[in-house]
Amino acid sequence: MSSAWAQAFTMVLDPYNIVVMLAASLFGLFVGAVPGLTATMATALLVPVTFFMAPIPAIAAIVTATAMAIFSGDIPGCLMRMPGTPASAAYTDEAYAMAKKGQAEIALGAGLVFSAIGGLFGTAVLIVAAPSLAEFALKFSSFEYFWLVLMGLTCAVFMTSDRPLKGFVSLLLGLLVACVGLGNPAGFPRFTFGSVEMMGGIGMIPMMIGMFAISEIIRYAVDTHPQLKIVDQPIGNVFKGMWRLTKKYPMQILRGSALGTLVGALPGAGADIAAWMSYAISKKMSKEPEKFGTGHVEGIVESGSANNSALAGAWIPALVFGIPGDSITAIVIGVLYMKNMNPGPSLFTNNPQNIYAVYLLFIIANLIMIPLGWWCIKVSKQILRVPRSVLMPTIMLFCVVGSFAINNTPFDVAVMLIAGLVAYVIEDNGFPVAPAILGVVLGGMLEENFITSMIKSDGNLLAFVDRPIAATLGGLTFAVWFLPLLMRRLRRLAGV
Amino acid sequence: MKLNDAVWGALLIFFSAAILVHVQGFPTIPGQKVGPALFPGLLAVGLAVCAVMLIVKGVASRAEGGERAHWVELDGWTRSRRHRRAFVVVVGVNLFYILLVDQLGFILTGTVYLALLFIVFGVRKRVVVPLALVLTLGIHYAFYKLLKVPLPWGVLQGIAW
Repeated sequence: MSSAWAQAFTMVLDPYNIVVMLAASLFGLFVGAVPGLTATMATALLVPVTFFMAPIPAIAAIVTATAMAIFSGDIPGCLMRMPGTPASAAYTDEAYAMAKKGQAEIALGAGLVFSAIGGLFGTAVLIVAAPSLAEFALKFSSFEYFWLVLMGLTCAVFMTSDRPLKGFVSLLLGLLVACVGLGNPAGFPRFTFGSVEMMGGIGMIPMMIGMFAISEIIRYAVDTHPQLKIVDQPIGNVFKGMWRLTKKYPMQILRGSALGTLVGALPGAGADIAAWMSYAISKKMSKEPEKFGTGHVEGIVESGSANNSALAGAWIPALVFGIPGDSITAIVIGVLYMKNMNPGPSLFTNNPQNIYAVYLLFIIANLIMIPLGWWCIKVSKQILRVPRSVLMPTIMLFCVVGSFAINNTPFDVAVMLIAGLVAYVIEDNGFPVAPAILGVVLGGMLEENFITSMIKSDGNLLAFVDRPIAATLGGLTFAVWFLPLLMRRLRRLAGV
Repeated sequence: MKLNDAVWGALLIFFSAAILVHVQGFPTIPGQKVGPALFPGLLAVGLAVCAVMLIVKGVASRAEGGERAHWVELDGWTRSRRHRRAFVVVVGVNLFYILLVDQLGFILTGTVYLALLFIVFGVRKRVVVPLALVLTLGIHYAFYKLLKVPLPWGVLQGIAW
């Protein structure tokens, strides 16, 4: 145990790893601060680079970059009323109202300090919950895994959309994409139409780059909104008054962090949904709800901690079960497989040093966020002036090369382009993208456990609920399916 | 481009039917009830059910004349020439890259790729080509030299470094 911790420290404090973390921090801060570039996109862009690194630096790059990006997304929200990443959208109006009142430093300071606290809270939950869940998961057979994946996918549909029907369509399309190729229990080439490149399935990384980066660039190209102005206010000391806020709003910080971690851990929903929910709860529970929307810091404190805690929360199901908690960990799971760190309970028993290293990375990332974030706020006006007309094309060429680099084939560039177009069109039509991503990532796992269970039980569906844990998980899955329907029916009966 | 839900439903029904027909050709595994056709087949059935529900919803929303009252509705940007051109170029340069990178090589293709995008996004004319070349060389250096990705040289093979 202690030698594993020692190994973890050695890996994390390795000079190469430290340099990677610093570089990833700057990258993450920049990507977050530029509107139209998201934390998920930062992850997708990092994958081709991490491809050439050892496992721990690769994970370090992603953990640091995403934590920084979720914080720095607050900056343009506050100064330009344009969230840098969707995770800041919930309180953009509030922060902008504060900036106009000349309180930009309080809004940004609260974003920074409580992001770090939320991130550390989420990490603490990850450290406590993941190993015990892993121990529990060691007893799981294909039946339990089948239900677990199905429940995760169901959650993704209901959590990410107010239109579950479109969410289901998106999910089913994602699952069908996962069917392409040889990777099925029978090893039969499905939907390949004779193409050798399709045999290996549709490449996950080019697809993710397309869905998260190319679609954003298309959206930028057809954006008809006029350029936004930066609030021209001097930004003072961002740390001033933070201790007072901590003492004033301890419940809000705790509630935001706890809800954020939980939402993050639920498959499909990530930092953005955590922030929206937290902001709404904060307003509902507040002693002064009338002040919300007029430049009041309370909601920023709560939802600012929520979005960063969600990042860590999302890693819990990703590491323990291989079920991503958000779209960032969906990409991370692909990276873990490439690095031979296959997620699952055995990761905790066979190679604990790697898991401990992940914990340490999260702690360090959230601590160095404070000085680096402070510096980023200082130079934020310069970052916001970087011409996007140059930036966007360069990022797109980077995406092309990155997609190519995974297998050195132009086929993957085509996959990237098609995925980008599809993501743009379906999102434009109100189909959420997150369920599709989860479908692609989990399709293989769902089918494998389904088919294995069917073979074991000789086609008897009752066997799926024969074991107590499997029956419980199955019951929960059905509850998630039918609860919203039931609630609506009850509400209608009650005449509300 | 926004399609009415019913149009999506019709497209998806067609798609799921195509899958169901296609999976009939998958082999069965002797002595087993489940084969490679089962899982995609179930997904296609699910998709068809969703598609029918979408059609019902779409027709209803059209009758109410609310959101998406038209079968097909073009986005606002399609009426602006500048944005139409930007969209075509964003997609076009990627096709250009996929089709020609092996012949022309990365440096030429990349420079043209960036230059076209810069022009359409309104970068100052004088800096377009130098900027495109410098950034392409930068990306080339990062991936070719540092990460050892075999980016093609194409017609520039003779001066490969």
